[in-house]
Amino acid sequence: MTIFYFVAFLSIFFALMTIFTKNPVHSVLYLVITFATFTVHYILLNAQFLAAVNFIVYMGAIMVLFLFVLMLLNLNKESEPMKSNLVKIMGVIAGMCLIVTFLGAFRLLESNNAMVQGHENIGLVKNLGKVLFSDFLLPFEISSILLLTAMVGAVLLAKKETRVKQHG
Amino acid sequence: METAFILEKLILVVIVFVVTLVIAMYSTLAERKIAGFMQDRYGPDRAGIAGILQPLCDGGKFFFKEEIIPAGAHKPLFILGPTLAIITACISSAVIPWGQNLTIGDKVITLQVADVNIGVLYIFGVIALGVYGIMLGGWASNNKFSLMGAIRAASQSISYEIAMGLSIIALLMVTQSLSIGDIVAQQKGFVNWNIWVQPLGFLIFMTCAFAECNRVPFDLPECETELVGGYHTEYSSMKLGLYMFSEYINMFVSSALMAALYFGGYNFPFMYDLGLSENWITIIGVIVFFLKIFGFIFFFMWVRWTLPRFRYDQLMNLGWKMLIPLAIANIVLTGVITIIVEEYFK
Repeated sequence: MTIFYFVAFLSIFFALMTIFTKNPVHSVLYLVITFATFTVHYILLNAQFLAAVNFIVYMGAIMVLFLFVLMLLNLNKESEPMKSNLVKIMGVIAGMCLIVTFLGAFRLLESNNAMVQGHENIGLVKNLGKVLFSDFLLPFEISSILLLTAMVGAVLLAKKETRVKQHG
Repeated sequence: METAFILEKLILVVIVFVVTLVIAMYSTLAERKIAGFMQDRYGPDRAGIAGILQPLCDGGKFFFKEEIIPAGAHKPLFILGPTLAIITACISSAVIPWGQNLTIGDKVITLQVADVNIGVLYIFGVIALGVYGIMLGGWASNNKFSLMGAIRAASQSISYEIAMGLSIIALLMVTQSLSIGDIVAQQKGFVNWNIWVQPLGFLIFMTCAFAECNRVPFDLPECETELVGGYHTEYSSMKLGLYMFSEYINMFVSSALMAALYFGGYNFPFMYDLGLSENWITIIGVIVFFLKIFGFIFFFMWVRWTLPRFRYDQLMNLGWKMLIPLAIANIVLTGVITIIVEEYFK
């Protein structure tokens, strides 16, 4: 439990650093460290496969792409457009709504006592795969179709620009 | 028990670490010797007998060179870049099984630092992390050419990671395990080697390994002649040395991976027919494993002095339009053959 509190402290600390640091590249790096602490959380929860996937996909792929874009854009304090007050107020309200939703969700969790852990091998690849392909087959397939659609959409978006150039 | 276990693992870690560094060090000499052999000249032969002390001289030179951090560079990240590169290169060897169990008295020692049941995924995680070293170094240099070099290197690495992952999936369908220890243990003798069932997968994996190690013909991230170096243009002295060194360590680890995943690791033909005791089989197995690794390292160098460098668009076309479709076809083929064999031949 002490490990949990320590790692949780680190998660929150680096998450806050992500928001408060001025340099966008630093921000991404802090986010990477935050994801690393999430990986530790997954391991603490016996979800080894989820930990590995979180590590590879979020830290290794998605954040690298973030870093890519930020480095190419070369954002900094001077070139960042000032946001209007309206946007800031909207942001605060949206954030508050999110907090209320989370609070509601967590209260529900506590009353159900969902933290009861199943047997400790539940997070291994073999068990997870069996559950995904038997009990949760339909949601699993639907989410993979969703991902495929997003992928095709991304390719289409990237393709469109060259086509316009060729004709125009 | 607990302290003995930790001590045993600690000793193993130190041995693996030292062996990795020494092999990486002498790979630099081997590379130049092989280059000399292929180009009909001697190669370095002045330091020590037949140039045996050359790596030490190179290392010393790197340490004593002046260290320059550009004025506009982002200092912490500039230092973090090569550090990350060398750390990720060193930790990837943790899940590789170097041999079978060694029995001393009544104590059984496993010659593998960590038999994680998701060893293959661990390797991919570490490879993915390695990209950060290159990207941070290139960005922190505050130089356009370094930045372009870093982005070139990172996009190459990301593109080939996909094909590499897909080629591994086909292998996993055959082995049914994500643990490298299990995968090697399944390949007893000679006919059980995975190369016989996954030849296409091996070719894809090897091509991607070349690209991930930034070796010729995929060495665009660091080509000095046409593209103004790469992510390490601004680096000097030992920081540059660490980047170069991490490349040689990566080459060693990927050779070990290829030998372990596809060429039976520590298994050798007729290993149980010679009437040797378990310990002897283990010791010979370790030697055989290292011979296989050296074979692959030699292959890396052989290719370097044989093939010219790709152009960048050729590299991307090969990765996305050739290797990824081939790897997916390999997965489908493996699935179909597995089902046919299970239905009709068992």
